[in-house]
Amino acid sequence: MNKIVSSASDAASVQVATANGPVTPAKSKSGAFAHLIYVLRENPVTGIAFAMFGILIFAAIFGPMIVPYDPLATDASSVLQPPSFAHWFGTDNLGRDVFSRVVVATRLDLVISVAAVALSFVIGSFLGAVAGYRGGWTDITLNRVLDTIMAFPLFVLAMGVVAALGNSVANIIYATAIINIPFYARLVRAEVNIRRNAGFTLAAKLSGNSDARILAFHIFPNALPPMMVQVSLNLGWAILNAAGLSFIGLGVRPPTPEWGIMVAEGANFIVSGEWWLALFPGLSLMIAVLTFNLMGDGLRDIVDPRRRT
Amino acid sequence: MLSIKGLSVAFRTRNGEVNAVKGIDFELAKGERLGIVGESGSGKSVTSYALMRILDAGGQIKAGDAIYSGIDLRNASERDMRDIRGREISMIFQNPRAALNPIRKVGHQIEDVLRRHSRATRHNAKAKAIEALEAVKIRDAAARYEAYPFELSGGMCQRVVIALALACDPKLIIADEPTTGLDITTQKAVMDLVDDLVRARGMSSILITHDLGLASQYCDRIVVMKDGLIVEAGDPVTLFTDPQHAYTRKLVNATPRRTGSIRALLPESERTELAPHVVGQKPLIDVVNLAKTYQGKSGPVHAVKKISFTIHEGESVGLVGESGCGKSTTSSMLVRLLDATSGSIFYRGEDIASLPAASFARHPLRSKIQMVFQDATDSLNPRFTARQAIADPLYRLMGMRGDTVIKRTEELAEMTGFPAHLLDRFPHQLSGGQKARVGIARALATEPDFLILDEPTAALDVSIQALVLNLLADLRVRLGISYLFVSHDLNVVRLLCDHVIVMQNGAIVESGPVATVMETPQHAYTRELLSAAPQAPEREIA
Repeated sequence: MNKIVSSASDAASVQVATANGPVTPAKSKSGAFAHLIYVLRENPVTGIAFAMFGILIFAAIFGPMIVPYDPLATDASSVLQPPSFAHWFGTDNLGRDVFSRVVVATRLDLVISVAAVALSFVIGSFLGAVAGYRGGWTDITLNRVLDTIMAFPLFVLAMGVVAALGNSVANIIYATAIINIPFYARLVRAEVNIRRNAGFTLAAKLSGNSDARILAFHIFPNALPPMMVQVSLNLGWAILNAAGLSFIGLGVRPPTPEWGIMVAEGANFIVSGEWWLALFPGLSLMIAVLTFNLMGDGLRDIVDPRRRT
Repeated sequence: MLSIKGLSVAFRTRNGEVNAVKGIDFELAKGERLGIVGESGSGKSVTSYALMRILDAGGQIKAGDAIYSGIDLRNASERDMRDIRGREISMIFQNPRAALNPIRKVGHQIEDVLRRHSRATRHNAKAKAIEALEAVKIRDAAARYEAYPFELSGGMCQRVVIALALACDPKLIIADEPTTGLDITTQKAVMDLVDDLVRARGMSSILITHDLGLASQYCDRIVVMKDGLIVEAGDPVTLFTDPQHAYTRKLVNATPRRTGSIRALLPESERTELAPHVVGQKPLIDVVNLAKTYQGKSGPVHAVKKISFTIHEGESVGLVGESGCGKSTTSSMLVRLLDATSGSIFYRGEDIASLPAASFARHPLRSKIQMVFQDATDSLNPRFTARQAIADPLYRLMGMRGDTVIKRTEELAEMTGFPAHLLDRFPHQLSGGQKARVGIARALATEPDFLILDEPTAALDVSIQALVLNLLADLRVRLGISYLFVSHDLNVVRLLCDHVIVMQNGAIVESGPVATVMETPQHAYTRELLSAAPQAPEREIA
């Protein structure tokens, strides 16, 4: 079956060769950009996901400057107002503008998830890469440690970490990172392991590369495409995790605007008919998670040179 | 029995539609053995997939008819096709390991097929499966019935695949490169087996291969395909002795034989005079009692058993043997990727076997001993462009920076005949021959004295193999380097080497000048290797 794919794509690349003619080094930079455009155009969902991601980033950076009200300012004269032209998402029990709070919360939630994922990506990649490349006892030890972490119910583990270390944003990040490390380490370990005796690894040794160089510059980059999918899924998951911690009262503390707390606080008012308090932060949470999940395939295609033809 | 008219197959890809097969016609009579010969991308495999209607997603029969015994294969319903596959037309795939389910016992896999086509019931399936295994001459079939594919050798797996294909007595069998990746002696055994079974059962067969020599030995008629078209058809002898089409002539020329020079592989117009290379008197590499022992589960495994040989300056030595004979282990030790258990490797008198392989990357001699790997695709990092791949050793071993690297990289590309405008492409955007050139350029980057060629042409089409072998012959003259050419094919080794070493089970069984070994082989194993190579019908030199 593979045979057909390769022969068909061979034929395709030959056609491109004749059509494009010589490719100069200068063009290859714009080639990467053209590839980005191509990936976005090829898959409209990726395009939409990246657009939504752009909006999230915009809200995170400029949110506090553009919102109509101070997210912390209470107003006793207008409590629990339903959505109106003046308050798009309504107001909460202290008269705070829900829209402003939802927008301002974007920054905190993104920072927590991106920092946690970045941390687990770096630590997990390093551990997994070393274990996968060296094998033997390093590998066995690491795997058992990871198994131990994964044996805990992850959310309970995160709760434990935050409860033990104290209730702060940094600790939420550490807790989320710790419970994510095994997933990255496992993935990288597998990807590195299958390549440690590949021809190009041996060739790199013959070219005078040290083991560290081979691992960092020759093998590890090949593991990036599947990692990107993991990263995007994880970002969404990390946001949920942080919101979940806040929801049960561990983590970000009121009155700081954060989607998880807002859902938690708003939940008390659903019964009495004030649905907007919980709905809008919940909706933004959902949209953020969806955005990250949809971005995965696009990110993978962007970092994979084989997708360029 | 099978009649194909104007068959066209196209694939939808990112760059529009690619026509893999562009209107081919051929017929196959009952009991006929047809060979479809072509190089990669010629559409020969796609043709067979189209007949079986197992094209990939995106592949489609665009036009033409394929009529098998009155059944229109193009328009038959999927349900009918399921009955036809296996019972009427059967296929032997390229990679036997991939064709077998790794987690099911081979006996059960044969039972599945038998029962799918109602050739056996639950009660007699096992007996019939064992019978099928016996038919393909698997010794101790009852025990092998319980084996998993990973417990069997490559040749044995291919026999199981053949047993699967023949289990339901199909009328037509399609063999798609059935011997790729198998040793030359196993290849002969497998092909002889298929041929015997096909004749004994009066089946028709289609053999798809890139090897014109193999096809000529096992087929009654051959069609030659190129770029989705049939360029020539005829019986093997005529095709070999009097090829009409330029492409067929090129293929016939490029097929290695027992005689003829390395230049004879090229088309007549491209044959230039080959300057002789000089073999010096001083030994470059001296291997003394080199041994490698692995600790296996059931005691030590002696992969290489105290072998000794010498390679002189400028000399090319062939190392020949089957897989598992220790030739790869030997080359890994020579190139210092693997530590020897005992023995010495002297490079110009300095013992390099005592230096640990793990730190050899920093040794000054690293740049002097290099290797060209077997599979060019596997040996190039998919994320490195051709330029980066060639430049890597320049940065690491030669200490070059900046413009010097660019200049030297382009020089190496030019030397190995790699088109400079393709330097910024990734490996997947290059053809097999181009990738092989990148591999050679990278190995030559550090100006080595000694180059190990580990079956550098095994994955290449014959016409590309001809070009690469000639390139290697030219480079040897130009750079004055020594080669150790590792291969399983004496006919190829003969072309490039002065001296040949034959290995079996970790020991050297015969060695000597190429001509002597080829003409008067002393050891039975050497004779077996020689007779296993497919012999092309002799051609009168015009």
